[in-house]
Amino acid sequence: MSLLTAAADPGIWHRIFDFSDYGSLLRLVHNSLIAGAVLGIVGGLISSFVMMRDLPFAVHGISELSFAGAAAALLVGVNVVVGSIVGSLIAAVVIGALGVRARDRNSSIGVLMPFGLGLGVLFLSLYEGRSANKFGLLVGQIVAVDAPHLAWLLGTCAVVAAGLAIIWRPLSFASTDPEAAAAAGVPVRALSAVFMVLLGLTVAMSVQIVGALLVLSIICTPAAAAMRVTASPRIVPALSMVFGLVAMLGGILLAVGGTVPISPYVTTISFAIYVACRLLGRRRALAR
Amino acid sequence: MTGIVTRDEPPVLEFEGATLGYGTRTLWSQLDLTVRRGEFLAVLGANGSGKTSLLRTVLGLQPLTAGSLFVGGRPVHRGDPAIGYIPQQRRFDPLTPLRARDLVRQGLDGHRWGCARPGRVDWGRIVGALDDVDAGHLADVPVGLLSGGEQQRARVAQALVAHRDLLLCDEPLLSLDLAGQATVTERIDRARREHGTAVVFVTHEINPVLDHVDRVLYLAGGRFRIGAVDEVLDSAILSDLYGAPVEVLRVRDRILVVGAPEHAHHTHDDEVHP
Repeated sequence: MSLLTAAADPGIWHRIFDFSDYGSLLRLVHNSLIAGAVLGIVGGLISSFVMMRDLPFAVHGISELSFAGAAAALLVGVNVVVGSIVGSLIAAVVIGALGVRARDRNSSIGVLMPFGLGLGVLFLSLYEGRSANKFGLLVGQIVAVDAPHLAWLLGTCAVVAAGLAIIWRPLSFASTDPEAAAAAGVPVRALSAVFMVLLGLTVAMSVQIVGALLVLSIICTPAAAAMRVTASPRIVPALSMVFGLVAMLGGILLAVGGTVPISPYVTTISFAIYVACRLLGRRRALAR
Repeated sequence: MTGIVTRDEPPVLEFEGATLGYGTRTLWSQLDLTVRRGEFLAVLGANGSGKTSLLRTVLGLQPLTAGSLFVGGRPVHRGDPAIGYIPQQRRFDPLTPLRARDLVRQGLDGHRWGCARPGRVDWGRIVGALDDVDAGHLADVPVGLLSGGEQQRARVAQALVAHRDLLLCDEPLLSLDLAGQATVTERIDRARREHGTAVVFVTHEINPVLDHVDRVLYLAGGRFRIGAVDEVLDSAILSDLYGAPVEVLRVRDRILVVGAPEHAHHTHDDEVHP
């Protein structure tokens, strides 16, 4: 009943969707739009490997430690992006080193994740600055992208994209058929370590925008959707990048007017794309 | 039946006094084995006798405990392009983003750095390799939607899409029906007739390849025996290897081994994969 009255109350919709003064608001989030677009593309790109290597749970684990790193940085007053990257990389390296087999890996992630989240909560409770900063790390924020922040983000995304381009073929081979790849001389373990570092960097960047809790919506869902409609190794990453881009830009453009955080918009668009692809993909599986 | 033998070129594969073990346990020791161009060697033995491990040493993935190993006259090393490998059957995930043609393509350039430029892929050759195993019509089907037998044929095409001096096969007929077994053995035999590819074929069932086999390596209980089919698959020889009574019967043109223990005698249970 209260939900119904709440939904009928125009004030609620106004907080979610509000397009008055839209033009001037857009100028304010100019940096965020660039950041979101680049992140959507790089997140979409790396998510096809996340799916192939069965790593969605690892992404979630890494993002919690990235959150802890960012919270620690906030507390001691150093660059939050650096803190987030450090947390991310520690998690990525530990997860990569502890578990070669999916089962070992999942248990080590299950152990790491609450620890990371707990640390993050501790640091945030000790922090006495603006509370919007705290909440933003968990559920995302768009107004916080200033020029130096944007430079960090673009630089890191460029490193990830270049790294993936260099290891693309052997990483695809090792991700789909590790035994045959090892036999062909692909350095399977070294590639796995390099990939975890690139993944850690991407997760750290995503935490800045969509927040630690919802990173999977741009580093898993886009490729999961694309893989439902095609098996072409070229079209999957291409579609995945488009899906990531649409979710991020669409999310930011819708979030600008309202007063709720960006993440519900991004996750909803991302989820809608996945559902549509799943429905389309049913026909494909039946055709064979 | 015998392969093309050229006197002055080095053997394709050469084990000298080779020993492989893990910790305190020895899989096989003092193995001397030379495989020449075009030769078909079948590797038989109980589970855990070190058949797969033998292939792993040739691939450079598993170092010998003692002795030496040469491929094409050079010390063994990882990623030798002269070697093709058909791994033991493992199903692909249904959502694997590869079509049959992409799987075969990995056999040509999957190990190279960077991304392939779209115009540079030799699709004609790739689809031809699929045609050779009666799978040309599957080129555009996602590997995750192929049956186990179809996946296996695509793996054979991947291993043979580039010309190889040595082909290592680990139970390649396992999930195939009779027609599929015939297609795959015929394809492998063609590689050795046309390109002189030597074949090392790990199997627990010799009958499907009986017509092609030049020699047999039989591993059991930490020991081995090498020779022609009739020299090795013999009641007295196998009984001695296993240390238990084993009977080898010839029924029409099939060979039946009766009483061989499923697991090797002096070794532990399963095949070891470190």
